[in-house]
Amino acid sequence: MMSGFWTSEFFHNWRHNASAIAGSTLLVIFAVIVLAGPLLVAQDPYDVGSLNLLDSYKPPMWLDGGESAFPLGTDGQGRDVLASIFYGTRVSVLIGVSAMVLSCLIGTALGLLAGFYGGWLDSVIMRIADVQLSFPSMLIALFLMSAFGTGIDKVLIALTAVGWVVYARTVRGSTLSEVNKEYVQAARVAGLRDGKIIRRHILPNVLTPVIVVSTVQVGTFILIEASLSFLGVGVPITKPSLGLLIKNGFDVLFSGLWWNSVFPGLFIMALVFGINLVGDFLRDELNPRLK
Amino acid sequence: MLGYTIKRLLQMVLVLWAVSVIVFLMMSFTGDPVFMVIPIDSTQAEIDQARRILGLDRSMLAQYGIFIGNLLQGDFGRSYVFGQPAMELILERLPATMEIVVLAVVIAAVVAIPLGVYAGANPGRASSRAIMSGSLLGISLPGFWVGMMLIFLFSVRWHLLPSSGRGDAVEVWGLRLSFLTVDGWRHLILPSVTLSLGTLAILLRITRAGMMEVTRQDYMKFARAKGVSRRGVLYGHGLRNALIPVVTIFGLQLGDLIAFATITETIFAWPGLGKLLIDSIYRADRPVIVVYLMLVALIFVVINFIVDIVYTLIDPRITVK
Repeated sequence: MMSGFWTSEFFHNWRHNASAIAGSTLLVIFAVIVLAGPLLVAQDPYDVGSLNLLDSYKPPMWLDGGESAFPLGTDGQGRDVLASIFYGTRVSVLIGVSAMVLSCLIGTALGLLAGFYGGWLDSVIMRIADVQLSFPSMLIALFLMSAFGTGIDKVLIALTAVGWVVYARTVRGSTLSEVNKEYVQAARVAGLRDGKIIRRHILPNVLTPVIVVSTVQVGTFILIEASLSFLGVGVPITKPSLGLLIKNGFDVLFSGLWWNSVFPGLFIMALVFGINLVGDFLRDELNPRLK
Repeated sequence: MLGYTIKRLLQMVLVLWAVSVIVFLMMSFTGDPVFMVIPIDSTQAEIDQARRILGLDRSMLAQYGIFIGNLLQGDFGRSYVFGQPAMELILERLPATMEIVVLAVVIAAVVAIPLGVYAGANPGRASSRAIMSGSLLGISLPGFWVGMMLIFLFSVRWHLLPSSGRGDAVEVWGLRLSFLTVDGWRHLILPSVTLSLGTLAILLRITRAGMMEVTRQDYMKFARAKGVSRRGVLYGHGLRNALIPVVTIFGLQLGDLIAFATITETIFAWPGLGKLLIDSIYRADRPVIVVYLMLVALIFVVINFIVDIVYTLIDPRITVK
């Protein structure tokens, strides 16, 4: 199995694609930050006892007045910016990935049902999707959040409410083209129950586009969450994501304290850029039409 | 064609009705507006009376009836905060938003289309690859962060451009417009550039994909063989055909721009619709939020409608069923 992967066309193409390698490298770095972030920095930025107000607004270490203990400087409470970013990255990635998984499960299930059964169920699901798609996701999420109030769980609900549509549409399309193929008819003739046909036979055949959509969607979700938090209707201040860090940095930007907002922004950029590079590669690789 | 147009118009009405139901439901779950209009030390009797005046003591269905009835008569209620009719407030702010949105669209189109044509016509070149990586980076950036960086560089560091507000505006036919004064332009540049970035990147990618598709076609080779210059073929024959998907995306992007204007306007303290919306959300100013939503919904369905119609006009191969 493994040796098959190393000699596969997929791996060969990956090895010869500079952007795919760059993207994967970025994602590996972020995976390390998410998994081991707290071990890599000395300070827990949300343990008030470890903060010292005398350390506040120190510039990055390469500037006058910077200290090597705070490589990217500190904020108004003497919090290490790098440590805040590592903790914030965890929140951002956690939200992006969980919301993607939730949207994917719900959207894929609805898409399968709509495509397999058709009829009124199909009409209802697809009309809802149509109405929703005529609005930008950002706006829908913003309104849901303004109704819910802040909180990680609420951000997840809002993002899922926005995100399921893409899966439902994609999966319904692929299901429609699978459902009349001979292997599905054969399964029906063999007397398999609908649930089993959908799970065992149709699902594996419609998963490829789902993988592509999922990758890119994590990036989109991270950006939407950042925007919501920037507007003050995202995550609570006790658990800041990268977006909320940027917002906090914005308040002191006018006094020239740029490192509080520049670095979290660079991290979001690198993270989403990595996701998009890998997403682009997967789309080209997994799309049979382009081959 | 007429049948199709009528069908699409009916669909528009249906969508708007659905939006009105959703807006109504969402508004009923977001706290009690009574506490927005009464003084903090009111007695229970005063609260009850205010509730009666606002119609909040009736059933949900009756409340929806009043809500939709008022909407249809063009009565959107008064802002709890400003005491002014909500519609008036919104219309007052609309030109400011349209200014940055239109300028953002223009910036995006002027930069993205030539770059997209170039990258699509010369796919192998290093410069094309750089353009494509740049556009992917553009999609990966949080727009609000770019705005902040522009403020930091151009306003805080170099003191070249103002960081907030709208500057001098001139009144033309009752509309306050900034783009007619030098000071207005200085205020317009940073917000519009910030807003345009996302659209620019997407437009560039779509144009390139369309161009790559089109350059393979025989009519392109034929036009070259006929003696048309390379430039003439690319822009005259190629771009016209590559633009079809661009039109769709353009319509969708216009909607996105209005949505993202909320963030841009918040950063640059630009007195448009988006800033009004965010302020209204903070203050639970329900009537203003409702008008904003209904107006934006209307703008979106109209844009989608126009895009569909334009689509059939520019591509004669598309036949309407």
